[in-house]
Amino acid sequence: MAKRTDIKSILIIGAGPIVIGQACEFDYSGAQACKALKEEGYRVILVNSNPATIMTDPETADAVYIEPINWQTVERIIAKERPDAVLPTMGGQTGLNCALDLADNGVLEKYNVELIGASREAIRMAEDRELFRVAMKDIGLECPKAEVAKTFEQAVEIQVKVGFPTIIRPSFTLGGSGGGIAYNKEEFEEIAKRGLDLSPVHEILVEESVLGWKEFEMEVVRDKADNCIIVCSIENLDPMGVHTGDSITVAPAQTLTDKEYQRLRDASIAVLRKIGVDTGGSNVQFGINAEDGRVVVIEMNPRVSRSSALASKATGFPIAKIAAKLAVGYTLDELKNDITGGLTPASFEPTIDYVVTKIPRFAFEKFPAADARLTTQMKSVGEVMAMGRTFHESLQKALRGLEIGKTGLNPTGLDLTTDDGLAVLKRELREPRPDRVFHLADAFRAGLTLDEVYSLSRVDPWFLAAFEDIVLTEKEVEAQGIAALDALRMRELKRMGFSDARLAELLDTNEAALRHLRRTLGVRPVYKRVDSCAAEFATTTAYMYSTYEEECEANPTNRDKIVVLGGGPNRIGQGIEFDYCCVHAALALREDGFETIMVNCNPETVSTDYDTSDRLYFEPLTLEDVLEIIDLEKPKGVIVQYGGQTPLKLARALEAAGAPVIGTSPDSIDLAEDRERFQQMIEKIGLKQPPNRTARNADEALALAREIGYPLVVRPSYVLGGRAMEIVYSDADLTRYIREAVQVSNDSPVLLDRFLDHAVEVDVDIIADAEGNVLVGGIMEHIEEAGVHSGDSSCSLPPYSLTSEMQDELRRQVAMMARELKVIGLMNTQFAIQGDTVFILEVNPRASRTVPFVSKATGVPLAKIAARAMAGRTLKAQGTTKEVIPEYYSVKEAIFPFLKFQNVDPILGPEMRSTGEVMGVGRSFGAAFARGHEAASIKTPPKGKVFVSVRDADKARLLPVAREVLERGFSLVATEGTAKYLAENGVACERINKVAEGRPHIVDLIKNGEIVYIVNTTEGKAAIADSFSIRREALQQRVTYSTTVAGARALVHSLDFHGDGEVHSLQELHKELNA
Amino acid sequence: MPISALLALEDGSVFHGHAVGATGETVGEVVFNTAMTGYQEILTDPSYAKQLVTLTYPHIGNTGVNVEDAESDTVHAAGLIVRDVPRRPSNWRSTESLPDYLKRHGIVAIAGIDTRRLTRILRDKGALNGCIVAGEQIDAEAALAKARAFPGLNGMDLAKVVSVGESYSWNAGIYDLDRTAFNQPAKRFKVAAYDFGVKHNILRLLAEQGCDITVVPAQTPAADVLAMKPDGVFLSNGPGDPAACDYAIAATRELLDSKIPLFGICLGHQIMGLALGAKTLKMKFGHHGANHPVKDMDDGRVLITSQNHGFAVDPATLPANVRVTHASLFDGSLQGFALTDRPAFCFQGHPEASPGPHDIGYLFDRFAALMQEARTNG
Repeated sequence: MAKRTDIKSILIIGAGPIVIGQACEFDYSGAQACKALKEEGYRVILVNSNPATIMTDPETADAVYIEPINWQTVERIIAKERPDAVLPTMGGQTGLNCALDLADNGVLEKYNVELIGASREAIRMAEDRELFRVAMKDIGLECPKAEVAKTFEQAVEIQVKVGFPTIIRPSFTLGGSGGGIAYNKEEFEEIAKRGLDLSPVHEILVEESVLGWKEFEMEVVRDKADNCIIVCSIENLDPMGVHTGDSITVAPAQTLTDKEYQRLRDASIAVLRKIGVDTGGSNVQFGINAEDGRVVVIEMNPRVSRSSALASKATGFPIAKIAAKLAVGYTLDELKNDITGGLTPASFEPTIDYVVTKIPRFAFEKFPAADARLTTQMKSVGEVMAMGRTFHESLQKALRGLEIGKTGLNPTGLDLTTDDGLAVLKRELREPRPDRVFHLADAFRAGLTLDEVYSLSRVDPWFLAAFEDIVLTEKEVEAQGIAALDALRMRELKRMGFSDARLAELLDTNEAALRHLRRTLGVRPVYKRVDSCAAEFATTTAYMYSTYEEECEANPTNRDKIVVLGGGPNRIGQGIEFDYCCVHAALALREDGFETIMVNCNPETVSTDYDTSDRLYFEPLTLEDVLEIIDLEKPKGVIVQYGGQTPLKLARALEAAGAPVIGTSPDSIDLAEDRERFQQMIEKIGLKQPPNRTARNADEALALAREIGYPLVVRPSYVLGGRAMEIVYSDADLTRYIREAVQVSNDSPVLLDRFLDHAVEVDVDIIADAEGNVLVGGIMEHIEEAGVHSGDSSCSLPPYSLTSEMQDELRRQVAMMARELKVIGLMNTQFAIQGDTVFILEVNPRASRTVPFVSKATGVPLAKIAARAMAGRTLKAQGTTKEVIPEYYSVKEAIFPFLKFQNVDPILGPEMRSTGEVMGVGRSFGAAFARGHEAASIKTPPKGKVFVSVRDADKARLLPVAREVLERGFSLVATEGTAKYLAENGVACERINKVAEGRPHIVDLIKNGEIVYIVNTTEGKAAIADSFSIRREALQQRVTYSTTVAGARALVHSLDFHGDGEVHSLQELHKELNA
Repeated sequence: MPISALLALEDGSVFHGHAVGATGETVGEVVFNTAMTGYQEILTDPSYAKQLVTLTYPHIGNTGVNVEDAESDTVHAAGLIVRDVPRRPSNWRSTESLPDYLKRHGIVAIAGIDTRRLTRILRDKGALNGCIVAGEQIDAEAALAKARAFPGLNGMDLAKVVSVGESYSWNAGIYDLDRTAFNQPAKRFKVAAYDFGVKHNILRLLAEQGCDITVVPAQTPAADVLAMKPDGVFLSNGPGDPAACDYAIAATRELLDSKIPLFGICLGHQIMGLALGAKTLKMKFGHHGANHPVKDMDDGRVLITSQNHGFAVDPATLPANVRVTHASLFDGSLQGFALTDRPAFCFQGHPEASPGPHDIGYLFDRFAALMQEARTNG
C-alpha cells in the first residue's frame, strides 16, 4: 500500500488562538502532523493565526502562514500555494469548521484540493447532532433521548418530551460553548435562547439528562484498510453532567469488566465505520448507567482532540503523528511504534502498567462574577497529568502538580462540625465546583460513609474508596506521629503518593525536615518508563515517571546534561508561550550536543512530547519532585527561567540544595521581583519608576497611598498575570480593595504604584550574555494605554508612534538594567511613557509571554539564542548581535473567554484575563491591526451608528477619533456627558439615555441591532458597574467594542484596510529581513 | 495487619509483599499477561494450569467477580501475582470480591510487589519457575528451593489433567449484557469438541454458530468421535506441552485423514501442527496479552487478538499442504494455518477473546462455513 504519490503538497489548518476548549494540545498534534508529513517528503503548508505555537515555527512547515483562519483567507493561501490536499483534522473544531466552509463555498472544488483525514460527509455526520443520532440508531447504538430545535418554540416542545433536568447543547460550538443543564423552565429559556444564538447554525440539541451516569472515552485510530485500534480508554471520575474537559479523568478505564470494555471497544469501532472516518484518530464518548450497565453514545469527534493528546501522553502512542501518516495512505502495520525503537508496529493496542490521572485547572479567581458550578460547558483553562503505579499515587501527584497551593488532598477549611458546614459540604458534593475533589476527602473526614458520598456525588465507589484510604491514612499518620515513621512505613506512605510537604503538614514539621528524614531512611523514588507495552518489549525511549518501587529504570548517562523545567498546567498568564520557550531551549541545546532533560506535567504541550528532549520526566514541578530528578541525573545546568512562575518559584530553593541553576542567578531574579531591592537598583542607575511603596497592613497602605497620590495600581506581591491587580482612585476604593481582594500581611505585602494615566506602554524583550552584551529582540508598542495588563493589550512590532530617539532611549535603559541585574538569558521590560518621560513598570529577567511573537515577527529565535547564552555561548560566538527591525508591522491581539462566563465584565484592566493571542502582519500598522482583528474574529463594523461614552479624562482624546468615525461615514450616538462635550466641539452626535436614565436606553439600541460599534471607557468601581450591561450586551450581540480610546483609534484607522490584501508566509517575510 | 507473602524465582530473585488470597504455598511457571481487563477470565482459563500469573496492570480486582465471566468451573491458575488489589470492587455485576473468591478457591496470591520488575526479569530471562508462599511463617530459602524443584512445563502433559472426565453437551451462547442472560441459539450443526482445557467462551461462540456441542475428554479416540457422526470436530486450547499429548496428536491425525471439518485453537492449533508432522518449540516468555496484532495473510487486515501460549509451531517444519493464514506482527511467529487439501484450519491466539478484542471472531464463521460446505457437498 504505502504512501500516496499522487499528492505532493498538503495544507494543514491549525486551531488558532488558545481559547477555553481548544488549547495547546492542538499545537502538539499539529506540530507532530507537520513533522510527520515533512518527514515523508511532502511539501507542508500551514495556516494558524497563533504565533505562540511551535507549529508556526518556520522550521515546522515549508510555508507557514500566520493568518486568520477563515475560509476567505485560506482560499487566498490555497490560490497562492495550490496544495493538492487539505488535512483538517489537526486543528480542532476550528480546523474542521474551516474545512467545511471551504467545501461549502466551492473552494476545494475550484482549486481541485482533496480533503484528507476526514471527508465532508463524515465531519457533517459527526457534528450534526441529528444526523449523528440517526447514524447511531442505524448501527444499533442508543443515544440519550433528544431532538434538534431550530427555534425556541421547537425547543420547548422537545423539552416537554425529555423532562427536567434537560441538557442543552448548541451545534458546532467549541467545548460545549453556550450549553448547559436546565432544572426549571426559567433556566431552560435562558440557556436554550443563548444556545440558539451562539450556534453558528442556530441549532441546539435538547436532550434527556443522563446526569450521574458513568462516563467513558475511547481513543480510536483507523486506517484506510479498516484496521482499527483502541489507543486508550479513559474513565471520568466526575460522572456525566460535567464536561469531560472539566472532569478529572483516569486512564485506563477502571471499573469495566472485560465484557463491558469489549462492548465499548466494538461500539467505538462501529461508530468510526459508520461515520466514515477513513483514516486517523477519533474520540468516542459513552455514558453507562451504574445500576444496570445501559450504554449510551454521547458524541464522537472525527479528529484528534484534547483527549487524544492526553491518550498519547498517557500511553506513549503518538496519535497525531500516526493519524497524519494514515491520512496519506499508510496502513497501521506499515508504521512503526517509535517508543519501542521500532521493534513493534503501530498496529497494536497500547497497554499500560500504571495509572494516569488528569485534573483540569480553572481560572475562576480571574472571573469572580462567573458561576463556578461545573456543567456541560467547558470552563477550565488547563490541565495537569500524573502517573503513578496506583490511583492513589497518581491522584496525589496530580493534585500537587496543579499548583493551586495544595500538597495532596488537603482539607477545604470547611467547618465539618457544624450543620451549616455539612450542608455546604453536601451541596458541593452534589453540584460540583472545581474543588469538589477536596470536598470528597472532606466528606470522609466528616464521617460520611462511602455510600452516602456516592449517592451525593455519583463518583464511582471504586474512586471513593481511594479517597477514603487516603483520608484514613492521613488520620493514622497524624495519630502515630513522626516517631512512628520507620523506613517501611515511610515507603508505604510514599507508595500511596503522599508528598513530603503533605506528610510534613500532617506531622507538624516542615518539608525540608521531612525530606531529610525520608532520605535518611533511604526511601527514594525510582523511575519507570512509559513504553506502551507494559515492559513486554525493551524500550530505548527515556519517557519516565516516578514511583516508589524496587527497580529504577532511569539509567542516567554520563553526558553533559541540561534540565529544562517546564511551566506545569496552563493558566491565564502562563500558557503556551512558556512551553514554546522550553521546547526551544531543549531543541537548541540538543543541537549543541547537550543531553536535554525536560520536566513537566502538562499533557497538552509539545514539551511533553517524548522526542522533544533526550529524556522526559513527566512529573509535578514541585521542589520535592524536581530535586529527586536533579539528584539522580546530576545535570550540568538547570534552566528555570523558561517555564514562567512555576520553576522560578523553585529557583532559590534549588540553588540552596546545590542545583546548578544556569543563566540569570536566582538572586538577580529575586532582585527584580522584590520591589524594595529593585527600587534601590533603579535609583542607583538613575532610572525612573512610577512612585511606589510597599504596605504591610491596611493603615500603612492608606498612609502611603496619600503620599504617592491617586490613582494607584494596587496588587499583592509575587504574582503573575496581574492576579488581584486593580486601579483605585480614592481612599474608599483602596479600603474596599484591601478588605475584599487581598490579605495583607508581613509575609504578603501589597504593592502600591502610582498609575500613569494616558501613558503609552511598551514591552522590550532582550537577551544578555555572560559578558554583558545585549541583543534587543524587539520593541513592542502597546495599543491600549498603560493600566491594561500587558498580556491583554494588543501591541505592534515595530512601534507605530514612538520616535526613533525614544526607542534608542529604551534600548539604553534595558541594557543598563540587564547589566546591573547581570542577566544571562532573556529579560522582558515593561515601560510606560508619559509625555517624554520614561518610567519602568516592571522587569522580568526570564522568558516572557511575548518571546514567540517577537521571534515570529523578526525571524530571530530568541529562546534558542538565550538558552545557548545561558549554557555559556556569547552572543558574538553565536553570531547574533544585531537587532532585527522589520519593514512590515506585526500586531499581536489578545483573545478573551468572556463569552464562556455569564455575568463577567469584559472591560480590560490590570488583571490579565486573556487566554490566547493571534498575530496579524501588514505593510502598515493599520493593515496589520486589521489583520489581527480579523484573526481574532472581531467583526469589522458595517456602516451605521457608533455609540461613544467615555470618562472625563478621555474626552479630549476622543474628539479626533469621533471626527474620524464621522469621516468614514458612520454616525454617532452618545450619552449625556459625552454628547454634550462632542457638541460643544462641533461634532454632530445624537443623545441616548444611560440605562439608569429611563427608556429607550443604550442597551435597548444594542439589543435592537442599531449599534455597529461601541467606544466605552470608564473608571472607578461604581461607573464600571453602571456601564457593565452595555459591554455585556455588546458581547452577547457580537457588537464590536473598544474599552480604551487608544484601542478605538487603532480600530478606526484599521477600517481603511479591512478585507483582502496579500497573504504572507513567514518564510517570505523572514527572507525580506535577510535581504 | 496484612498477611505476609513472598515470591521466589528460580534465578534467585525474591519479592516481598502481602497475601491477597489463600495462605499456603504454590509453585509453577511464572508468566506475565499484559491484558488490562479480564483477570477473572484469566484465572479460570484452564490453559493457566501450573502457571503463576502476574498481571502487569497494577490494580487487579476492580470489578470483583461474577458468575457469568468464568471461563471454566474453577480457578486454574496456580497462583496470582499483582501490584495491588483495591479495597472495594465496583461493578453492577459484581457478586464477590477478588480476595474472597481466591480464598474460597484456595488460590495463593501475592500483592504489593514491583510487578514491572518481575515482568522485566521474565522478559529478559524467559519464563521462570517460581514459588509463592503466604502466611505467618514464610521462608525465602525454602520457597527458592521449591521453585527450583518445580520440573517446568517442558514435556508436561497437562491437557489430560484439566480435561473433563466424561462427555457432556453444551448449548448456551454468549452472555448478553443488555438482557443479562446467555443466548440460546438455534442448532444447525453437530460438533464434537475435544476438551484439552476448553474455555467456556469457545463453546459459547460455537453455540452462536448453531453448534450442538458434545464436549469430549482429551483422550477420546478419534473413532469414538467419528462414530458420533458430527458435522465438525473442534480441538480446544489447553495447558502444558503439546508434544506430550501423543494421544491427541494421534487422534487428530485420524480426524485429518477422515476429512471432517476441523478447527483448532491454541493447544488445538499446536496439536494439529504436530499431527501434520511439524515441530513445536518452547518460546522464551510466550505471548500473553490482549493487544497482539496478527495479520490475516489473505486480505492483509490487521486483527488485534488475545494471546496466551508458551509453545509455538515452528512454521519451517510445516508440510507442503499447509497454507499460513495468520502471522504475528510482534515477532512474525506463526499464528494460523489451513490445509489446502482438507477442511481443517487452526489459530494460535484466542478468537474467543474473553478476555480480549473480538476482531478475529470471524474464525468461528469460517468453521461454520466449512461444515455447511461439507454438508452441501457430502
